[in-house]
Amino acid sequence: MSFAHDYATAAPEIFLAIAAMGLLMLGVFRGNGSTRLLSWLAVLCFAITLIMVLRAPEASAVSFAGMYVADGFTAFAKALVLIASAAGLIMSLGYIKEEGMNRFEYPVLFVLATLGMLMMISANDLIALYMGIELQSLSLYVIAAFKRDSLRSTEAGLKYFVLGALSSGMLLYGCSLIYGFTGATGFDAIATAMRGQEHASIGLIVGIVFLCAGLAFKVSAVPFHMWTPDVYEGAPTPVTAFFAIAPKVAGLALFMRALIVPFLAISADWQQIIIVISVASMLLGAFAAIWQDNIKRLMAYSSIGHVGYALIGLAAGSAEGVRGVLIYLTIYVVMNIGTFACILCMRRRTGMVEGISDLAGLSKSSPLMALALAIFMFSMAGIPPLGGFFGKFYVFIAAVNAELYALAVIGVLSSVVGSFYYLRIIKIMYFDEPAEPFEGPMSFEMRAIIGVCGVFIVFFAFYTAPLVASAQIAASALIP
Amino acid sequence: MIDFLTIGLGHYLTLAAVLFTIGIFGIFLNRKNVIIILMSIELMLLAVNINLVSFSAFLNDLVGQIFAMFVLTVAAGEAAIGLAIIVVYFRNRGTIEVEDINLMKG
Repeated sequence: MSFAHDYATAAPEIFLAIAAMGLLMLGVFRGNGSTRLLSWLAVLCFAITLIMVLRAPEASAVSFAGMYVADGFTAFAKALVLIASAAGLIMSLGYIKEEGMNRFEYPVLFVLATLGMLMMISANDLIALYMGIELQSLSLYVIAAFKRDSLRSTEAGLKYFVLGALSSGMLLYGCSLIYGFTGATGFDAIATAMRGQEHASIGLIVGIVFLCAGLAFKVSAVPFHMWTPDVYEGAPTPVTAFFAIAPKVAGLALFMRALIVPFLAISADWQQIIIVISVASMLLGAFAAIWQDNIKRLMAYSSIGHVGYALIGLAAGSAEGVRGVLIYLTIYVVMNIGTFACILCMRRRTGMVEGISDLAGLSKSSPLMALALAIFMFSMAGIPPLGGFFGKFYVFIAAVNAELYALAVIGVLSSVVGSFYYLRIIKIMYFDEPAEPFEGPMSFEMRAIIGVCGVFIVFFAFYTAPLVASAQIAASALIP
Repeated sequence: MIDFLTIGLGHYLTLAAVLFTIGIFGIFLNRKNVIIILMSIELMLLAVNINLVSFSAFLNDLVGQIFAMFVLTVAAGEAAIGLAIIVVYFRNRGTIEVEDINLMKG
């Protein structure tokens, strides 16, 4: 393929890379006073990239000698990542100003991390996969430790770095074995090498297991979840919000492509791994969160559980399953943006508070915020007719149609257990003795974000069709 | 006898697997110093490089060596960021003993 074609396929990423450099230069010359301006410019860049992604032709385009792919699936996942990153950055604005993190590197690191995620989503080769993951991870390590005079934040960054580097090592070891036993690094080339084989050689299986372990680390699925609660608790709250949304989407999109495109022929072999990971994540997410009293830690376990549900769709290994995961991720992103926007408004005169008991009596002091948080909690618990119910519905349907009945039943049961701690938050907000009210009023951005997310979740039932249709198109790009 | 002495792919893979395992154990068993963890991570990545290069030679395919180059480059960046985070942590805590990294349970 020609030079121009290569660059046209990767145009959104190239634009974002150049934009990151431009923002960095602007920040260096104008100093820390320009953080707010840079943040809004970064949001503008995300918006432009989003338009470029959505305007790209529908047909699948492969470029850079098969390393890079752009199709309906990547467009869907990239749009989700870009929206999540933009929301995460907007949510940070007030916080970084209040907490003395107002340095210009912050928005630049967000842009670089997002660029890494877009590269992960578009990766069609083990080398491209590794480069995308590393660009994302290296930016995220720094963002986690960004509040550099806070012991908790730096400890979170250190833990995330050590365990993230370990997971990269495992992922790479898996990649090297896959390369050795198939003789190729491109996903399409591996798929060609696998064609007609019923079962993989033992070396290849070991490689796939290591690859899955590395990717499970990145999306914080059990048994590679141990970093999640600590990092979520220690990192500054808007950073936690960002961690909970954008990297999960990119990680799961990559997980699906890296297993389905090259290894569809031996799907029976990797399905077992995904089923185990999925069940363990769902159960841990449901049970471990019950005893938490820090809301960020609770959200960490909640996100582990949600990854478990999303992986059900991957375990199904069908176009329907992929569609389910994409719908699930969309709703998950919206719910989490809304919830974290509420958490970011938990501010007293003494500073940010994170205890669940601090929410006591919120319905008296700020009824609208309590209502919004209640909606998000009901939705996370999967109570119809809110959005969260439909997310779970589509992955469970996919599991049932793929004859994974046990997986679907465990999923339903653990979501019942999980609803306990979501409902507990609602009980504390509505029925407990009021605690000291939070410092008001919320900024306009926060109110807008909470409002939009709340409306999306409540009225999701009325416009499921367009989302399902576009997720269907995206899924059929991955599994024709 | 001669056959036993020639070094084949299996020997390289075993060496890489041993190094990789040492790296993983270095991370989990070490209770002293974070720098040792950094060294263990480096060891794991180098084990992967041995794997990639030996597969590349065995398959007569250059991609593995290109991959190894990318891994080396990224490993350098990773070490730089890791050291930077350790420095920031040391300023706050005054120590980088692994046992002292326990502000949050887990």
